[in-house]
Amino acid sequence: MIRDITLGQYYEADSLIHKLDPRVKLAFTLIYIISLYVGHSFYCYLFAALFLAGVIALSRVPVHFMLRGLRSIVVILVISALFNIFLVDGEVLVRFWKLRITKEGLVTAAYMVVRLILLILGSTVMTLTTTPNDLTDGLEKSLSFLKIFRFPVHDLAMMMSIALRFIPILVEEVNKIMKAQMARGADFDGGSLIKKAKAMVPMLIPLFVSSFRRANDLALAMEARCYHGGEGRTKMYPLKYQTHDYLAYLVLLVYLACMILVSKVL
Amino acid sequence: MSIKVDHVSYVYDPDQKVRRYAIQDVSLEIRKGEFVSIIGHTGSGKSTLVQFLNGLLKPTEGHVYFDGRDIFEKDFSLKLLRQKVGIVFQYPDHQLFESDVLKDVMFGPKNMGQSPKEAEANARAALKVMAMDESTFEKSPFELSGGQKRRVAIAGILAMNPDYLILDEPTAGLDPEGRDEILELIRTLNWSQRIAVILVSHSMEDVAEYANRILVMNDGRIIMDDTPKNVFRSYQELEKIGLSAPQVTYVAHELKKKGFPIDEDIMTVEEAKKEILRILTHDS
Repeated sequence: MIRDITLGQYYEADSLIHKLDPRVKLAFTLIYIISLYVGHSFYCYLFAALFLAGVIALSRVPVHFMLRGLRSIVVILVISALFNIFLVDGEVLVRFWKLRITKEGLVTAAYMVVRLILLILGSTVMTLTTTPNDLTDGLEKSLSFLKIFRFPVHDLAMMMSIALRFIPILVEEVNKIMKAQMARGADFDGGSLIKKAKAMVPMLIPLFVSSFRRANDLALAMEARCYHGGEGRTKMYPLKYQTHDYLAYLVLLVYLACMILVSKVL
Repeated sequence: MSIKVDHVSYVYDPDQKVRRYAIQDVSLEIRKGEFVSIIGHTGSGKSTLVQFLNGLLKPTEGHVYFDGRDIFEKDFSLKLLRQKVGIVFQYPDHQLFESDVLKDVMFGPKNMGQSPKEAEANARAALKVMAMDESTFEKSPFELSGGQKRRVAIAGILAMNPDYLILDEPTAGLDPEGRDEILELIRTLNWSQRIAVILVSHSMEDVAEYANRILVMNDGRIIMDDTPKNVFRSYQELEKIGLSAPQVTYVAHELKKKGFPIDEDIMTVEEAKKEILRILTHDS
């Protein structure tokens, strides 16, 4: 179950997209999401999908790896599609019992599903081609202008990278705890919802206890190395824009302009 | 009455083209009442192997039989198996969760369907066996010392009255005193209640003193399965895979080289003392 979540899972490959500055990829994700809301026509979505397909091809990440991320949103897709199909008013195509399907409903549902899929895929490209550490670095740098408002950008970025770092550790810990409790006859996958929730207690308490202990140890280790927040802290590998980063920004702007054009003209 | 592992292999990720074996073609049989020790360095597959014995892991190939029945057959109750074959994992923190020690130890028996009264009686008995003082029964398990936590964790398994007790590195991180205490208690269990003990360890000293059979693991295979004396006699082979015989065995070998008529097979300090005294009194 945990393995299915592609969001936040880095896929190692040697590609142009991997080499891009994380700030470019953050901008890409943001602009791509905005572009999906620019127009609502068949051609708009086709253009957006083609652009994304190009990026995915450049990234050299296997397509099935990308699609795996969609599994977790299947339920949302189905629900939003159903709601649109049955609840949108318009020209009635089929009618049975109290339900009716309209032409407008079908169209809206299809657009909705396509847009959601593109949205998830677009952000999955970023998380698959950027290591979590680069991502937080990029976020920290991109948001550093917020510092004038006394917003603790560095602290948040640090918290985020620590949280990301802990995910695999905690997953392993959950595994070990579950085994230890199963050896004592605990049953994690049977019974009603309430029973299942109750069965989680013997797993959650040791998990919390050990998380607190780990957090404590980490804080001590950081303090022992004189960590005192972001003030005056330098980076071993500072982020620097290269030529291909500027080119990527250009491509991005051209894409957005084209998208607006397509939505107006076609 | 035995647990039998028959040509078992375990592959980490079966989808991968290059198969990485954690366990490769291992067969063994453990009978009731034995004190077996599994040694091997980190990553040799010992912790993986013991998880087959009560069905926590399913081998990729091969079978595991409990009293002659395949434990992964559909109608075989894994819950019942886990009552008969208990595993105590390395870190007690992974299993202690209740508000007090007694309740925590009752968790296992209750899962086995015992009434609260029965469970409490079994829990109290198990805690007594593990030499826990009655004053600690009402304490939170998180207030205990490392050695006490470990003993409560073992009691949590013992309270289910298993026939086989598997201990994964039960002495890791304990001071010498706590270590001896726990190993003594385990030995008593093995003697007085005829519970088979399977001790996973990398400390030769522990293994030499307590086990009557040693399985040496390397790279997912069992490379020796013999009495401690025979295993340590081939200490050169042990060294090849990064293990070693107990320190006193080396001392005995050195003394023998220097011309003392000493028995090289000694494994414990106690034996060494007796042997050296014997030679000294014999000489004079």
